[in-house]
Amino acid sequence: MSGISRRRFLAASLAGCAATTLAAPKKALASGIFTGYPESMGVLVDLTRCIGCRSCEAACNAEQNLPDPLLPFDDKSVFDQTFHGGTQKRRTDENAYTVVNRYNPEGGEPVYVKKQCNHCAEPACLSSCFVNAYTKTPEGAVIFNKKVCVGCRTCMVACPFSIPAYSYSSAFDPLIKKCIFCHETRLKNGKPPACVDICPQEALTFGKRKDLLKIGNQRIQTHQGRYLDHIYGENELGGTSWMYLSPVPFEQVGFDPNPGNEPIISHVKDFLSTVPMVLAIWPALFVGFQLLAKKQAGHGDHDHDSEKQHDEEGAEQ
Amino acid sequence: MSSKRIFTIMILTMAIVGMGGFVTAADMPEQVSIDRLSDLFEGVEFDHAMHTELGEDCSVCHHHTTGTGTTDERCISCHADSKEVATVGCSDCHVAAPFSSEHINRKSLEIYQFHIDTPGLKGAYHWNCIGCHEKVDGPTECVDCHARTTKGDAFYHKNAIGSSGAGGE
Repeated sequence: MSGISRRRFLAASLAGCAATTLAAPKKALASGIFTGYPESMGVLVDLTRCIGCRSCEAACNAEQNLPDPLLPFDDKSVFDQTFHGGTQKRRTDENAYTVVNRYNPEGGEPVYVKKQCNHCAEPACLSSCFVNAYTKTPEGAVIFNKKVCVGCRTCMVACPFSIPAYSYSSAFDPLIKKCIFCHETRLKNGKPPACVDICPQEALTFGKRKDLLKIGNQRIQTHQGRYLDHIYGENELGGTSWMYLSPVPFEQVGFDPNPGNEPIISHVKDFLSTVPMVLAIWPALFVGFQLLAKKQAGHGDHDHDSEKQHDEEGAEQ
Repeated sequence: MSSKRIFTIMILTMAIVGMGGFVTAADMPEQVSIDRLSDLFEGVEFDHAMHTELGEDCSVCHHHTTGTGTTDERCISCHADSKEVATVGCSDCHVAAPFSSEHINRKSLEIYQFHIDTPGLKGAYHWNCIGCHEKVDGPTECVDCHARTTKGDAFYHKNAIGSSGAGGE
């Protein structure tokens, strides 16, 4: 009798523990998706306006004290450069936190696309960093603390836009390198980043992210036919601080057309939330099993013995 | 009342600095110096007389502020009967620092229902010039309109090691 109540007690307590552990993170998940700081800043990149002058690249180089370029910043031959057997255009690296690429969409005018960190609301680089080097600031920038970076480069793998680069050229102090929205020198003082300031075509509009969405929608409405009815980055991957307007479908100008609207962390949150459960519950669970099994084994022997006895008794009779 | 007068004087001064002269339809300038933002590039000596002879109506550049007035259906709903204004320089409406915090905060107030997206001065200049020049096969390279300064040469790394020596294009 006492064995059964002990078993019931164990089972009930385990079920209770499991239920609370499983239920708690589910609830947190539902309300825990971060959609950005309400007053954060952003940039709307209007691909119909960019003329490919590369002034933004020059401004970035000067502002961030990057090494001298191999070619002058007004050299347009860079648009013909391709890598990996012609499959890849220029991308950001340790010497250039932003690059402009030229695309030739089917039967249309060339479209120039500026690439830099898009400063996600829920950045994959930040979620992937196990030393917590990354921070999403209330102003909207995704910055990182180079003092704690251990150079594991997980963020480079995690970034859906392939932005963080690594200073492979530095033998003794290699670091992650990426656009930081000019946070230190400009953004936190309420100033636009250097690339926005220099752009002659105002292809880059700096403002509060919520205003940029209004502006973007107004442009789409006012200039019927000029834009695709889509602001890339409004919802993509949980929303980004840098967003794009394009005259042609985004896949024609080098964007992943359908990265989904869930931030990258949503794909791993469920799995990661089971880790504490495993650590906390499994020892108790298995100890319980062990105890039960031992008890069960004891009962079994007893039963077997009694059966044997019973049989013997039967035989005697 | 007096602050209004000071404001008018300020606007006038800005117009004179920005566009090289006080402009009305009746007394059009032959030449306009556009040099308010010159830094990496020299200012532009804009041949106003030549451009007016091209036959475009004034509103292509001046919107609803002077001359023929606007014909754009998006503007007409409010500006069909707009009076000619006293100053018609670009910098009278397009601010030189469109991304300053005070301008952005002003924009955030929703009273500017239609004009929430007015370009800054630099954007306005370049759209108007390059936008047209692309259509009519006019000059569109940076140095076609304004020579680069020494500061500009350094900024664009004219003498980068991979340079073909054709810097300044």
